[in-house]
Amino acid sequence: MTTNTTAGTTAGVLGRTGDGAGAPVVLQALSRSFGTVRALTGLSLDIAPGELVALLGPSGCGKTTALRIVAGFETADSGLVTVDGKDVSPVPAAKRDMGMVFQSYSLFPNMTAIENVGFGLRMRKQRSAQRTKRAGELLEMVGLSPQARQYPHQLSGGQQQRVALARALAIEPRVLLLDEPLSALDAKVRLQLREQIRALQQRLGTTTLFVTHDQEEALSMADRVGVMKDGKLEQIATPGELYARPATTFVAEFVGTMNRLPGDYQGGDQVSVLGTVVPLLGEPPELAGEVDVLIRPEGLTIEAVPGGNGIVTDRTFLGSFTRVSVRLSGDVAVKVDKTSTGAASLVPGTSVQIGVPGDEPVLVAPRS
Amino acid sequence: MAAIASAEESGTQIPVPAARKVTRRRSLPVWRWAILLIAAAYFLIPLYAALRFAGFKAFTQVVGYQDFGSAFVLSLRLALIATVLTLALMVPTTVYVHLRLPQIRRVMEAITILPIVIPPIVLIIGVLKVAPGFLLGSANLLGLEYVILAMPFAYWSLDAGLRSFDAKTLVEASNSLGAGWPTTLWRVVIPNLRTAMLSATVLTVALVLGEYTMASLDNFQTFPVWIVNFEQNSGPVSVAASLLALLVTWILLMLIVTVGSRSARRHGTGQVQLFSISTQSASRIIGEPE
Repeated sequence: MTTNTTAGTTAGVLGRTGDGAGAPVVLQALSRSFGTVRALTGLSLDIAPGELVALLGPSGCGKTTALRIVAGFETADSGLVTVDGKDVSPVPAAKRDMGMVFQSYSLFPNMTAIENVGFGLRMRKQRSAQRTKRAGELLEMVGLSPQARQYPHQLSGGQQQRVALARALAIEPRVLLLDEPLSALDAKVRLQLREQIRALQQRLGTTTLFVTHDQEEALSMADRVGVMKDGKLEQIATPGELYARPATTFVAEFVGTMNRLPGDYQGGDQVSVLGTVVPLLGEPPELAGEVDVLIRPEGLTIEAVPGGNGIVTDRTFLGSFTRVSVRLSGDVAVKVDKTSTGAASLVPGTSVQIGVPGDEPVLVAPRS
Repeated sequence: MAAIASAEESGTQIPVPAARKVTRRRSLPVWRWAILLIAAAYFLIPLYAALRFAGFKAFTQVVGYQDFGSAFVLSLRLALIATVLTLALMVPTTVYVHLRLPQIRRVMEAITILPIVIPPIVLIIGVLKVAPGFLLGSANLLGLEYVILAMPFAYWSLDAGLRSFDAKTLVEASNSLGAGWPTTLWRVVIPNLRTAMLSATVLTVALVLGEYTMASLDNFQTFPVWIVNFEQNSGPVSVAASLLALLVTWILLMLIVTVGSRSARRHGTGQVQLFSISTQSASRIIGEPE
């Protein structure tokens, strides 16, 4: 578990009186059904104080339901949510002290940016002058002081979400909940805001639960990423571990790009693929014979060789490296990453030899 | 952080839609003007004819006639009662249905259409059957009947208003910031429903000022009833009275719309228009940048 060492160091910005760290949050065996649809089937998750955990998964995997249960907008059929060790189920959303940023623009259209940010403070009966001062500080923190007196419709989408973030943080929430806050924004703004949210979260040390279907977002922002499928966690790990050591084939293929290569598995802890014997990752599967071996594009080697085992069909320049698409015999398409200088000669139609180094452990899956 | 802010502003500041508007106006086809002219002629020629028939003198006579003042005041009073009650009943109901019971919206739509479908005489008999004794024979009872008549218009205006913004998310945002239900309704929902509430008001007032059947069946001399009773005496004067009624209603509605628009503009929530399809919400619906 990664704990945030920067937590609380600059929390003084918000005038916190405590240690500045967020509260630990525990989700215990949460289940929730909507009619016949089972949105959550026993989700358990521990979030350390000050940690940012992302829930990642395809739409309908239950990640938003989980977030809404923590926020108090939904109730779980069974299971428990505790904050700071206390069960929050009987506490209504308005009294949970959780800041939330929504996917859709959620600023109050009838209030200016600064009034929006001050709304939560007003609900906490703060005096007008004090409220305006603190709301102003928060707007400054998200870089929007000049827009303080503007109404939401006068702000761009990115600016609106920054105001929404300032508004959520203004109440010094014990937990910050982010429900795909970037998905309505265009790519460039998304990238900037991603960094800004992460920087702020680390600075304030607020325990944060972040829901997204965008793996890049999850991997780049979170301390740990929980991959969800069918209402349960498939795996929760640091981004690096998730990428390098996926626990299941679902995680392997959902996170990053993954090739499926035909292999031969005869039990034990090794599998044969492209003529190389490779160690297996994790427990030996209950499979035998023809399997698919999962290997990432950077896990394959490529060499221009006359009469090789594949033909280059396409290539995509991605800056420092180039992703080369190759058709292997047996009509298997794979993608291989190669440094862009090395890939210069690999024009479509080139005969290449694709190989597996054999030192990185791999996952196997039933032949699809 | 400042760098982030300025970079984003330069990149994604709201586009100026001027260029698009110009091309749209230029490409306005001729037939649109034709339709506009035909419609204008259809509405304006009868008015002009009435004006010619009545003559200027008739207008000065109308105001001096017996019962004009009392009928006019009664109509205004009924408009006030009906508007206040309609809003008080329909705003919480519509908001509740929209947010908490969206599945019964269809049922609500069906119910709100009933006052239009059911003949006024049936409504009146129904009201008379259930009305408490102290209301019988009072003009206030007519006000209650108008609340029923205004229900469809109020519901549709408010429903359209609630659809023009993401009420559910705003309510959740307000909740998460610590606001309970009454505060959320008062500070978040109602301010954003202002336009729709003004539409509902305009429609209710227009309805009450023009309603004849119920008032006449209930034997109250409201303004429209007065005009009809009057007709028997003098042709030109009664036509002048009708035009005056039209004018008064129009002025009243313009007043409401102007006042409403001004306050809405100040809060950036767009123009007050019937059924609250403001340019802002319309562009949101069709997904244009605002």
